[in-house]
Amino acid sequence: MTTATATAPTPSTARSHAFRDAMTMLRRNLKRIQRYPAMTVQIVMLPVLMLLLFVYVFGGAIGGGIGLGAGDRDAYTNYVVPGVVLMAVVSGTITVAVSVCTDMTEGIINRFRTMAISRSSVLTGHVLANMVQVLFILALVTGVSYAIGFRPDATAVEWAAALGLLLFLAFSLSWLSAAMGLVAKTVESASNAPMPLVYLPFLGSAFVTTDSMPTGLRWFAEYQPFTPVNETLRGLLLGTEIGNDAWISLAWCTGIGLLGHLWARSAFRKGAER
Amino acid sequence: MSAIHAEGLRKSFGEKLVLDGIDLRIPEASVFALLGPNGAGKTTTVQILSTLIRADGGRAQVGGYDLTRQADDVRRSIGVTGQFAAVDGLLTAEENLLLMADLHHLPRHEGRRRAAELLDRFDLTAEAKKTAATFSGGMRRKLDLAMTLVGEPRIIFLDEPTTGLDPRSRRTLWQLIRGLVEDRGITILLTTQYLEEADQLADRIAVLNGGRLVAEGTAEELKRRIPGSHLRLRFADERQLDAAAAVFDVASRDPENLALHIPGDGTPATVRAVLDLLDAARVQAESLTVHTPDLDDVFLTLTETPRKSVAA
Repeated sequence: MTTATATAPTPSTARSHAFRDAMTMLRRNLKRIQRYPAMTVQIVMLPVLMLLLFVYVFGGAIGGGIGLGAGDRDAYTNYVVPGVVLMAVVSGTITVAVSVCTDMTEGIINRFRTMAISRSSVLTGHVLANMVQVLFILALVTGVSYAIGFRPDATAVEWAAALGLLLFLAFSLSWLSAAMGLVAKTVESASNAPMPLVYLPFLGSAFVTTDSMPTGLRWFAEYQPFTPVNETLRGLLLGTEIGNDAWISLAWCTGIGLLGHLWARSAFRKGAER
Repeated sequence: MSAIHAEGLRKSFGEKLVLDGIDLRIPEASVFALLGPNGAGKTTTVQILSTLIRADGGRAQVGGYDLTRQADDVRRSIGVTGQFAAVDGLLTAEENLLLMADLHHLPRHEGRRRAAELLDRFDLTAEAKKTAATFSGGMRRKLDLAMTLVGEPRIIFLDEPTTGLDPRSRRTLWQLIRGLVEDRGITILLTTQYLEEADQLADRIAVLNGGRLVAEGTAEELKRRIPGSHLRLRFADERQLDAAAAVFDVASRDPENLALHIPGDGTPATVRAVLDLLDAARVQAESLTVHTPDLDDVFLTLTETPRKSVAA
């Protein structure tokens, strides 16, 4: 259904409804997240376990191996936390694919489609609820990091910038994830489709420096989107060199967000004819 | 004015032609049933008229608004309860109703008032704080219908509202549906595969088969369209059946069931005359039943023609 021709010619009321409807959908999705906490627990567990694994099991060895000082576990903790936080954001946004796909396979979406509500509010509600969920996960992962010895030297402004970057990334990935949820046939495939994204930080500078990798992999690691984001985070929190990485990160986030948003919108429109 | 007026609705999914030119004219404050077997195109018709999908051809007005050019106005006038309960399983019954109130942009107090009133009317007050996932099929369907009513629509689409429900829940739902038309003058387009449901609820019935309307009228009019009442005699074997068939030249044979259908009413005089003739021919019938046509006969007669339009 082409919305341009199909909707009534009352754009001003439509716009004010769009915000109200999105807030209604946000409340609905937050309630759903609360009623089904297993999913949140599961996506929090992954980065927390990774953190403990890398700090306590591999930390001593890797820290020396990548030249942070022999056997210096604490230095490695500081090195690895930004990457784990990044991973937490990525795994946190996967839930959007699952929740969107669940909505599409249940009857309620057809009810929404036959009501005079803002079409985009359904997806916006999912994405905004996911932002709240990601904030919660970030707070938890940061808390655990502190408890095991993460000691950043960031100022309030740097903290705010780091949080801003993470939320921008979460917002962009959330739209991408929503699109994946829309095109997935089953909830299972919806939860698997964005899974590779979670492991992408591994193939970057999250856990080891890229110069320790073989040439082909190093090339990939340096140009994939998560490495500049990771380096920017590290720079903001620990004072390492940022260089162009901040701009490259913002460009990646904008690109991913735009692509995800357009894909999600077109998939949502086609969904009715499915 | 018609609440729903459709002309020549056509729809195919890929190669499969699902609707082959449907015309409908449904007056306001009436219940109209679309009756047909699975795959006849009932749900597709509802999906088109409720703006869920677009027709490939034809046009329609719902509540006086054009279906494609004024889709949002149509949406403001209608409520849809589909075949699969469209409730949010993780929300409570009350939250589901309030969600609808918010999406209809009602003031908070008005939303609460309607939610409470609907919970009461649908006998769900005791379950108001329970999540819908814990509900039985009948309760979910009731909640679904209640959610449809929050926006006080003038036109309601009920797509197989009682499919899969037990007889008691079905009757409860029928009462609720009947109540809607009586006290608020709502127009209802109902689809069903149950003739009893159409007979119970609808003012007019259209029979849909293979994407075409094959008949339309009141239940009485439809019943009149098929051959009248008959006596049905069953026999123990084919020899007896043949012997009896030789006696009644107006009878039609149903060899599969070893039965003979003799046109005529069920008065004692007719029955006695038939039995006398059988006795005279020394033929023994196993059983005799008097058959007056019901909607089942109409349905079976009208839908058993080969579905050429779909095969084409």
